Amino acid sequence: MAENFLDAYPWWGSIVLLSIGLYVVMASRNYIKKVMGLSIFQTAVFIMYIQIGAMEGATAPIVDAHHSLYANPLTHVLILTAIVVGVATAALALALVVRIHAAWGSIEEDDIVRAAKREEAER
Amino acid sequence: MSLPAGLEAQLPALQIVVPLMAALIAALLRHPRWAWWPATIAGFASCAIALLLAKSAARGEVTIYALGGWIAPFGIEYRIDALNALVLVIINFASLFALVHARRSVAAEIRPERIHWLYCAWMLCLTGLAGMTITGDAFNVFVFLEISSLASYILVASGPKRDALLASFRYLIPGSIGATFFLIGLGLLYMQTGTLNMADIAQRIGEGGTDRTIAAGALFVVIGIGVKAAIFPLHAWLPSAYEQAPSSVAAFLAGASTKVSLYVLMRFIFDIFGIDLAFGALDIDLLLMVLAIASVVAGSLVAVQQEEVKRLLAWSSIAQIGYMTLGMALGNPAGIAASALHLFNHALMKVALFLAIGNFVYRTGSSALGSLVGAGRGMPWTMAAFVVAGMSLVGVPLTAGFVSKWYLLAAALERDLWPIALLILVSSVVAAIYLWRVASAAYEPAPADSPAATIVEAPWTMLAPLLLLALANLWFGVDPSPVLRLAEQAAVQLSVPFESAEIIAPSPLSDTN
Amino acid sequence: MTIPAPEILALGCIVLPLLCGGLVALAGRYPDLRETITLATGILVFAFIVGIYVEVAQGARPQIFLAHFLPGIDFALEVEPLGLIFALVAGFLWPVTSLYAIGYMRAHRERNQTRFYACFALSIACAMGVAFAANLVTLFVFYELLTLATWPLVTHAGTPEAKRAGRLYLLILLSTSIVLQLLAIAWTWQAAGSVDFRLGGILQGRMSEGVAALVFCLFAFGIGKAALMPFHRWLPAAMVAPTPVSALLHAVAVVKAGVFTLLKVSVYIFGPGFLLASGGGRIIAFVAGFTIVVASVVAIYKDNLKARLAWSTISHLSYVILGAGLATVWGVAGAALHIVMHAFGKITLFFCAGAVLVATHRKRISELDGIGRKMPLTMGAFAIGSLCIIGLPPLGGMWSKWSLALATVDAEQWVLLAALLLSSMLSMAYLLAIPVRAFLYPAAAKEPKDASRSGEGPGESPAEAPIACLVAIGITSIGCVALFVFPDPLFDLIGQVVPLHR
Repeated sequence: MAENFLDAYPWWGSIVLLSIGLYVVMASRNYIKKVMGLSIFQTAVFIMYIQIGAMEGATAPIVDAHHSLYANPLTHVLILTAIVVGVATAALALALVVRIHAAWGSIEEDDIVRAAKREEAER
Repeated sequence: MSLPAGLEAQLPALQIVVPLMAALIAALLRHPRWAWWPATIAGFASCAIALLLAKSAARGEVTIYALGGWIAPFGIEYRIDALNALVLVIINFASLFALVHARRSVAAEIRPERIHWLYCAWMLCLTGLAGMTITGDAFNVFVFLEISSLASYILVASGPKRDALLASFRYLIPGSIGATFFLIGLGLLYMQTGTLNMADIAQRIGEGGTDRTIAAGALFVVIGIGVKAAIFPLHAWLPSAYEQAPSSVAAFLAGASTKVSLYVLMRFIFDIFGIDLAFGALDIDLLLMVLAIASVVAGSLVAVQQEEVKRLLAWSSIAQIGYMTLGMALGNPAGIAASALHLFNHALMKVALFLAIGNFVYRTGSSALGSLVGAGRGMPWTMAAFVVAGMSLVGVPLTAGFVSKWYLLAAALERDLWPIALLILVSSVVAAIYLWRVASAAYEPAPADSPAATIVEAPWTMLAPLLLLALANLWFGVDPSPVLRLAEQAAVQLSVPFESAEIIAPSPLSDTN
Repeated sequence: MTIPAPEILALGCIVLPLLCGGLVALAGRYPDLRETITLATGILVFAFIVGIYVEVAQGARPQIFLAHFLPGIDFALEVEPLGLIFALVAGFLWPVTSLYAIGYMRAHRERNQTRFYACFALSIACAMGVAFAANLVTLFVFYELLTLATWPLVTHAGTPEAKRAGRLYLLILLSTSIVLQLLAIAWTWQAAGSVDFRLGGILQGRMSEGVAALVFCLFAFGIGKAALMPFHRWLPAAMVAPTPVSALLHAVAVVKAGVFTLLKVSVYIFGPGFLLASGGGRIIAFVAGFTIVVASVVAIYKDNLKARLAWSTISHLSYVILGAGLATVWGVAGAALHIVMHAFGKITLFFCAGAVLVATHRKRISELDGIGRKMPLTMGAFAIGSLCIIGLPPLGGMWSKWSLALATVDAEQWVLLAALLLSSMLSMAYLLAIPVRAFLYPAAAKEPKDASRSGEGPGESPAEAPIACLVAIGITSIGCVALFVFPDPLFDLIGQVVPLHR
């Protein structure tokens, strides 16, 4: 049991990261922190993918006479794509936060909701 | 029309490349008025491509295109059958009609120096949506999903008010989480099946049976896509996104973006997981049915209370998404056909409704119900089109909405689920009530101080797509056969276990007396 | 001269009023031309229907295929005897009502008369569609269109009251039809694989009896135009419409489209035998019996003349529903006959009510004392119409009431028989009281409020109504008598549907 538990450590690592990321996205009221949470969340998934392809004793998938066991390269390729997407998402989100700061003068959810309510009331 | 054979073989790739190139050109042109041209020309071109693809799909043919000449499962393949041909037609036409409308509307709503970026994002979004639809590779779906999502965050953020930024941010967060869930699901599926090609996954799931990994993967996929499809309770981003986006963009997104996600859901459930796994072992049908019912109820009830017409229409979209999910959850061929048909019909009516409101916003700058009072006199054509599309949404006979409602009803009754049939009908009465509020406000006499008192009809470039769509609502209500053929073909192709190709007709009555 | 094929005639019955609606809208600036078009079309349409009658009486069943609608369901027309009866009534009374409307609308100086005539013609086109529909879905389409086409007529006055009535009208009629009726239709389709009207029904053996009873109830309540309680509220509210609308639509075309639909459902979808076995018909017959009595009682307490007539209509619609629900031979016959007889009687009453309104601006029954001496023709016709509704010889109403009573005896439903007799007595009380007051009571004392409003004179020295109105009233009251003397064509038509042992 304990062995199984420990063997799956990459899984546990990614699940813990996943939970942390998701929690930060949900609970944080600061937009930058939300974006960071999102990034952590996505990174956790990247780790998960990479360890799907990994194998005990395997090496990088470059054909070589000394090795016969290679890690699955496909997951790495996939995750390269996903990382690009993740970076783009984070960049866009941060750009939005900059614009929100310019337009509302704050990046705190509570401040903005209050301002929006006030605006609503004035209308 | 006949194309050179070489070009015809490349149609699936062109479906993606044309809007992608247009996005590039629009960005390079850097001119608020010129940027519209490449987008629209590309819009026309990809509509034509979609129609050509649909023509062969309607015959029951499946077009397969190996990208870069790499044969699946090693390479990525594009695969067009009846269902995604239909979806391609929907998104391309929704985009085209909204684009024609956008030339005046967008120019009036957003700052000139940002306009070319808007068209660039629009084309990227179309590329992403078309890619999600056309591809036969599961990971490719994720990539295109993110392309379309990122582009649509930009589209929403470009709305005229500062609330648009918030709406976009609040769309981005759940959207990214949903996409990442989808990614997790794909990872789990890949881990167990060792392939990413849809047909391959399906085959291996079918052969190897299911285990917990696949089950977990399936659920992650369904939930991830559910966010993008705005199925209750994952719908919270949708109302403000549609409300704050520029009017033409709202029409485009309402007509295209959630449709594609629903399509992906259908594809995964019926084609990849298969009905045995998804509905038999995992009870996804039950999950979807409950959520669909909740969508219909919540969407309808909230829509009735809205004072903002764009927001009202957005909530109504949530209810309608519930209809489509419901058809899927029923799982019988009639239900799938109803879903596919409603994808099309809902695009027809919702795009028309949003364009009509867009015309009104163009003239008055507001889409509040209160400011709409009396608009019927100044904008007779716009409001007439609104009424026609609204009747279609309610499902009045001889409009497109009636046909899909009828199918959905028949599907529900076929499974003896008459409470669901009743729910569908009651919710269409609720739809009648909220649209009645808008229509009756428009035909009240205008108070002297309101902007609607001196309103005039929108320019014809904005009117033409709207009226065409309104006519289409009537046309497809009287003669739904072209779409029906695709929808039924799709149902047959998706639910192979069902032996009969005859979809809805129960055993015909023997000729007594 | 050759008569065109009945198929073309039947199509003409729908297309001509549609064209007429269009032409009227175009000719709006020339009132004389506009009304000539309406009258001429009306007469032509009636001639068409008579032409169809000649064929159908010999057993022909003209069929017209219009379009493929849904897979397995066509958009199609078929003329059968019951539909023909409904078409005959609506087609005959349309030109008569148009004639009346010319007198009424002009004397009343109504606004938006063009819209009025155009919508009127559209409504008739829809009613003809309901009459000739070959299947439930086609019928449903025309049924919904009829609701939409009559809505501008109900809200014609444009007052807040009229708008409120219009909202109620749409809400009840649309929601019942969309929720209950459409569900019933889809259910029928699901069970039988067909929605065509066929003699003997299509549901027998394809639906369990309990479900069939439920579906029949869905139909009965879903056809909101039949004004079965508790979905009757729209009918009294719709009385804010101009009198010709109330007369033709809310005594004849719209409400009869409702009960006619139900009759058709019971005869051609369920089939009398299956309906009887399922027990659904009996449930609805009792609801109808309840409606008959309650609506009659309410009518007694209504002082507003049109409101009283409206409640009387609710009561009499349920006569037809009762006949359709009992589904015996005489029940079906009585229901079909009552569609005709009540139409003639009630339209006469509405015409008279409108004539009194035009001539004296009086709406309340308590203001009508002694008016018979000044308007003897109008009030005389009112008496004839009342007797027809009550069902006394020598007026047409007798036949239908007699058949319905026979049906209750056949079915041994003594409670329903009692309801029928009770309601006859009640209708005597609420209808005959009016001519009695008009002829026998001394003229009312001068009412200053009334005098000030109608300062032009007619209020104080009421003369007869405009001549066009009087002619129309004359035609319909003669019709009431004629139907007593010559009911044979009707019996012959009904005999093609159910075996009448005569």
